[in-house]
Amino acid sequence: MTSIEAHVQQPYKYGFVTDIESEVVPAGLSEDVIRLISGKKGEPEWMLDWRLKAYRNWLKMQEPHWPNVKYGPIDYQAISYYAAPKQQPKLDSLDQVDPKLVATFEKLGIPIEEQKRLTGVAVDAVFDSVSVATTFQAELAKYGVIFCPISQAIREHPDLVQQYIGTVVPYNDNFFAALNSAVFTDGSFVYVPNGVRCPLELSTYFRINASSTGQFERTLIIAEEGSYVSYLEGCSAPMRDENQLHAAVVELVALDRATIKYSTIQNWYPGDEEGRGGIYNFVTKRGKCAGTNSKISWTQVETGSAITWKYPGCILQGDNSIGEFYSVAVTSHRQQADTGTKMIHLGKNTRSTIVSKGISAGRGQNTYRGLVKIMKGAEGARNYSQCDSMLIGDKCGAHTFPYIDVRNSTAIMEHEASTSKIGEDQIFYLRQRGLSAEDAVSMIVNGFCKEVFKELPMEFAVEATRLLGISLEGSVG
Amino acid sequence: MKKGKALLEVKGLRVAVAGNEILKGVDLTIRDGEVHAIMGPNGSGKSTLAQVLAGHPAYTVLAGTAQYEGKDLLDMKPEERARAGVFLAFQYPVEVRGITNSYFLRSALNALRRERGEPELDPIDFLQVLEAKLKSIGWDDSMMNRPVNEGFSGGEKKRNEILQLAVLEPRLAILDETDSGLDIDALRTVAEAVNQLRNPKRAFLIVTHYQRLLNYITPDVVHVLADGRIVRSGGPELAQELEAKGYDWLRDGVMVS
Repeated sequence: MTSIEAHVQQPYKYGFVTDIESEVVPAGLSEDVIRLISGKKGEPEWMLDWRLKAYRNWLKMQEPHWPNVKYGPIDYQAISYYAAPKQQPKLDSLDQVDPKLVATFEKLGIPIEEQKRLTGVAVDAVFDSVSVATTFQAELAKYGVIFCPISQAIREHPDLVQQYIGTVVPYNDNFFAALNSAVFTDGSFVYVPNGVRCPLELSTYFRINASSTGQFERTLIIAEEGSYVSYLEGCSAPMRDENQLHAAVVELVALDRATIKYSTIQNWYPGDEEGRGGIYNFVTKRGKCAGTNSKISWTQVETGSAITWKYPGCILQGDNSIGEFYSVAVTSHRQQADTGTKMIHLGKNTRSTIVSKGISAGRGQNTYRGLVKIMKGAEGARNYSQCDSMLIGDKCGAHTFPYIDVRNSTAIMEHEASTSKIGEDQIFYLRQRGLSAEDAVSMIVNGFCKEVFKELPMEFAVEATRLLGISLEGSVG
Repeated sequence: MKKGKALLEVKGLRVAVAGNEILKGVDLTIRDGEVHAIMGPNGSGKSTLAQVLAGHPAYTVLAGTAQYEGKDLLDMKPEERARAGVFLAFQYPVEVRGITNSYFLRSALNALRRERGEPELDPIDFLQVLEAKLKSIGWDDSMMNRPVNEGFSGGEKKRNEILQLAVLEPRLAILDETDSGLDIDALRTVAEAVNQLRNPKRAFLIVTHYQRLLNYITPDVVHVLADGRIVRSGGPELAQELEAKGYDWLRDGVMVS
């Protein structure tokens, strides 16, 4: 091991297990299990029918194997599709939340107790398959903003959910989206009415706790005409030797002049140095700029998971709509990532910007895969793509697969790419000026990621910088 | 001549890189306030000496000692040496994307200040320190808000090294071929700044292939390094002699000795 590689060895700080009595549905997937989940959530008939339709479709689908990642076969019958801490079914106030759950989220830096709440941020805390608390709901309701677990939305706002669910990511979109559509449990629902600028940052924190379970959350965000919302998700999981599947679906809908800013700080358990355990993060995220002059901006900082496989994309349907994708993906130890975005230009004068920063250390493999598609009707569409890779050590890999499909000759496309290597000379230069090896790496990496970090909401930019420091600590000596 | 205290004392230093022995027994004593020049042909080990004194991890010390302010320099990490006042102006300064020169220099200065138990400087206080330093060497702040060395010309990179030297105020400044790649105007600018920074509490070790830098910075002692050993030491006139005769006559001397 070179002195540079000797440095990525920092224990995962969120790997603890909460000892709490849970109700776990026996492993296995069948129509009965789906009926059971739907029943537990108290769903209307149409929702169950939709789930079953997705399931029957999924049975006919093949698990795809085209990404640049390697993993053993997944036994879908060995996974439990529902796990929830035992507590009273309906909570009148947050004071009734099991103190163990409150303590768990507190330990993760997500205070959900009334007096300790983060100022300016409303939080939905999801533990395994259920949401355990959502803060500031009443406050947001004053503005007409709905922010609640999706299971609650299905019960209380069925028309809205029925109108939009599956309109951006159809139930048969892909293998994992179909699976999610069949078995999804909690996730967040956001509705911002006409002309409202959501007064708080909205945030969901996902925690996997139970073993041998998968997490299949579903999030739906609807921004009505002229509205604005900024949403951030975070996540973590205990350290276990088994791989756990996390197959989420996120759908965003932005109507005329609406803006949705969606940020992710992904810190699922990445597995150990030898690649044992860790989360398979196979996620479908897509936003539709349905209205004219609408805008959807994805920012992701992906530091966790054994395998990350996702392409948060934008369908730019409205004229003059804007799609953005800013990404930092870190792979160390034996982590693998195949991530990027899809920008589908349908409307006139649509614009997209892609800035991707991949950092590979240890034996990590990092792939950027992106599609920019300019359809016939997209007069005057523009795309700017920038893909930068950074290598730390000599056993890791960086790969770039940009796909471009242009069907309108007025399109303007720009693509830039670079690969750099943090070497001993670079670290030495900074150490010679008095910085410790850790500070030197952190400075180089943060400088590299600066264009992405500046897109994060202020409250979380610091967290992202810190997280990156932890992921790479030990990678340079 | 009244001699100051020994700041750096190198004895019998043997150094290898990638298994090849480059320095084969170097002895060198530098006292407070002295300016030493190390000259020698390509491949003689000049840059190796500069790098190993600063603690570059690629160099392996086979034998010998280096005492700095009475401490074992070779036992210190690179950042510990820097914080103790050893500064290396790099021959090839590296780029750091996305980090402004100003932020970088403040971080470095604060690392040194923490070591000395002094309070860290916030951006506003730092700006005042920086402006005073720039003024003292007669430069402007045009490089400060650009990313560290990114897109800098060769001359700008070398000037940036000297600016760092000015702000970090080392006790021992090692200049590794700072003159290489500079045109005559840039050379003069850099040399004048170095002269400004000379003082009785600061010693310089100037590594150079050519004598021309020494036309502007008059050294107290000139050493000639050939094949990993110091084969001759003398006053400034030795540099003139080398300029006139080249290095070959010395190399022959090594062979008979």
